Amino acid sequence: MSDVAEPLTRREAFGKASRAWWRGIASGQELGVFIVLVAMVLFLSWKTDTFATQQNIRNIWLSFSWIAIAAFGQTFVIITGGIDLSTGSTMALAGLAAAYLISGNIEGQPSPWMVEKIVGGRTQQMGPDEYVPIALLAGPLMGLLIGTINGVLVAWANLPAFIATLGMMSIARGVCYGWSGGWPFQKLNNGFLEVGQSDVTLLGLDVPLPFIIMIIIAVLMSIFLMQTVWGYRIYALGGNEQAAQLSGINTKRIKLIAFMASGLMAGIGGTLMTARLGVAAPTAAQGYELDAIAAVFIGGTSVSGGKGTIIGTLIGAAIMQVLRSGLNLLGYDPYWQPAAIGLTIILAIMFDRLRVRFQNRPIRSVFNAEGLRSRLGR
Amino acid sequence: MEQQPVLRVEGVSKTFPGVRALNNVDFEVYRGEVVALLGENGAGKSTLMKILAGAYQKDSGTIYLNGKEIRPRNTAHSQELGIATIYQEFTLTLNQTAAANIFMSREPRYGGLLKPFNLVNRRKMERDAAELLKRVRARINPASLVGDLSVAERQQVEIAKALAIDAQVIIMDEPTSALGADETKSLFEIIRDLRARGLAIIFITHRLEEVFEISDRIIVLRDGERVGTLRTAEANVEQIIRLMVGRDIEDIFLKEEVPIGEPVLAVQGLTRRGVVENVTFDVRRGEILGFAGLVGAGRTETMRMIFGADPKDDGYIWLDGQEVEINSPQDAVEHGIGLVPEDRTNQGLVLENSVLFNMIVPTLERFAKMGWLKRRLARRSATVYVDRLRVRTPSMEQTVKNLSGGNQQKVVLAKWLMNNPKVLILDEPTRGIDVGAKAEIHQLMVELAKQGIAIIMISSEMPEVLAMSDRIVVMHEGHITAILNREEATQERIMAYACDQALPQAIAAQQGQVA
Repeated sequence: MSDVAEPLTRREAFGKASRAWWRGIASGQELGVFIVLVAMVLFLSWKTDTFATQQNIRNIWLSFSWIAIAAFGQTFVIITGGIDLSTGSTMALAGLAAAYLISGNIEGQPSPWMVEKIVGGRTQQMGPDEYVPIALLAGPLMGLLIGTINGVLVAWANLPAFIATLGMMSIARGVCYGWSGGWPFQKLNNGFLEVGQSDVTLLGLDVPLPFIIMIIIAVLMSIFLMQTVWGYRIYALGGNEQAAQLSGINTKRIKLIAFMASGLMAGIGGTLMTARLGVAAPTAAQGYELDAIAAVFIGGTSVSGGKGTIIGTLIGAAIMQVLRSGLNLLGYDPYWQPAAIGLTIILAIMFDRLRVRFQNRPIRSVFNAEGLRSRLGR
Repeated sequence: MEQQPVLRVEGVSKTFPGVRALNNVDFEVYRGEVVALLGENGAGKSTLMKILAGAYQKDSGTIYLNGKEIRPRNTAHSQELGIATIYQEFTLTLNQTAAANIFMSREPRYGGLLKPFNLVNRRKMERDAAELLKRVRARINPASLVGDLSVAERQQVEIAKALAIDAQVIIMDEPTSALGADETKSLFEIIRDLRARGLAIIFITHRLEEVFEISDRIIVLRDGERVGTLRTAEANVEQIIRLMVGRDIEDIFLKEEVPIGEPVLAVQGLTRRGVVENVTFDVRRGEILGFAGLVGAGRTETMRMIFGADPKDDGYIWLDGQEVEINSPQDAVEHGIGLVPEDRTNQGLVLENSVLFNMIVPTLERFAKMGWLKRRLARRSATVYVDRLRVRTPSMEQTVKNLSGGNQQKVVLAKWLMNNPKVLILDEPTRGIDVGAKAEIHQLMVELAKQGIAIIMISSEMPEVLAMSDRIVVMHEGHITAILNREEATQERIMAYACDQALPQAIAAQQGQVA
């Protein structure tokens, strides 16, 4: 090939670009999982009377919001090639941190700052109103703190992410129990609870506030990942750590950013969860790290890093929640739910493997004259 | 060449625990010059390059860039100064676009109000990337994923990446080791372009013929010291090799006549659609059968099929006249076939484990009684082979990672010899191995052939194929285009068959005329 110096002809450029475009679409597992999600929704709407009611949809939106938020952060970490096992414990501890000052009942006793307030004509005990903004900050900040520690352990102490966050999972959970004495923080200020429980009417639909927060965060996180310098570097780090390092990327800092994002998101998720449930229990969010990780993988993020999107994770989280709700409505014993979720994860990854294999062979040769020629036997 | 060197190294030394890697080395490269840096493995080439690239810190000495002293702190700093390094292993991420890779860690951003958000200006990035890709004569869409590009195209991206930092000096560490002849040729064209633009290029390679083709000057290191500088135009191979090894080598490739017996392995119509088509050949007792061809000709794929590592769509395999069914590497091992893969560090060895462990893995059953491994027996047998192959290791417990490339390759060979193979398939057995160790591997191959083993050797180094093979199979795009006898094989004929099918006929016709 001595003609390498020639510029691309317009046709070739178009051919290459359109192939890249086509492969971009086909390689987005988002499309695949999105179709699965739509199919599930259609099936359930047809099979049950209860699925497509506003009440049920509202419930689904509400209950997957905080898992999805935590999963967004998890997506960052998994794209860098790591994993964050401390998500569930972080959510619980962030919930406690948020609830502490606005709680009217600590360790089963009325808290020192308990006030009495008339809500809806009834006198209720709760934490004072002026602490609500602090509470809303304390939860996410607690998450950020834990994420930062994880990041430092992984990037500077060179611990494997699995080990560092496994330890942190236990540490955070232990702090939850120790701090609360095993009791839930109860009687939370009603202003705080509204963040998790109120609706906003959009286009005639009552949309829960946590869902809206989740969507806003999804948009911000997507922009961060796809459009900013840091996002590019997160992909580069996960795709080929050595390459990233030799290209002059400060890989330690990027790892730290990913874990900080994961901690912060778990903190926000935990705060919203607490506001929704109305109580901060030290036992809350147990096993949620696995739900978040599952949402990330169902959403098409590569297990080995370097590949994945926020929108994919969002759809992944939605699929899990629709599946839960659907199994309920179809009358299956809820005890079987974990089995169904587990099956979904395995099927999703198997599907991904098949898709990659399919993509690497036939599509290419059909769309490329040379491949076609060799197929027809020169 | 009267002007001052763009990069000058003076009296640089570097010591690692127990090893003096560089001893008071001087080195200089001028603007618009290609310097080939040669030396056996362990001569200090990579240490010197890593110091320049900022990956290592020198113990003493001075580095001048354009006459000013520099002290590269880390890789990022060295790039900032204008020294780009192209490593043997690509520093690319497959899931990102060519443009994102070229501008990795220095992505163009939006300015103005958007500045604090660090948003990547993708359009500018792709435009600039297209410009750089044009400079390296690449026909690549900057928006295409690197994972979709061929190896040669990836390398063009890699070079564009070096240009993106506005480098004055480009270090290339064995850039051709993953390329076929065609791609190497276009790489050399790019290098000539860069040289014409006034860049200084430091070129490291093990292939001497490339040195003659591309370099202006040759600097040879041995045991951490600079032992010679030659002007390429005035140099010859013997001279260079003498400098590298510090001794005369009569012939790099030793080949003795070995009596050739009956066919051991025969394959017919071996096919894997789109990869290998209708491959038929046999290899005989005591024979070394060379496989030549360009990268991607389907040689490795053919061998993987024979070894049962990849499924075949069609074809038959005979061993000692009996048809055999090989569906997995286990089957192949049971039938006495050994494969020394091209990528020995990943596919041939467990680097973190000991020499002993690596050697007994495929033949564990033989040393086990009811699942219980008899370590002493295993060690005794393994030691025999370590001695026979002259593997230089302090002990059987040494971690393989710490051995040199040549000795690692010997461990892989030893591992298969313990299985008493009838057929040994060697895929690029001497790639990345220094000259001395190379000769030793070649001698071993001859010794094995003498013992009646049939050897298949894939090699992209033409002199090696020519010197070692009794017969040479040439492949092109999944087909066998020729099987040549030792006497009738020449570099030109092999290359002609490897590239195209029309050419050999022309040559044959020409030869017919002469005759």
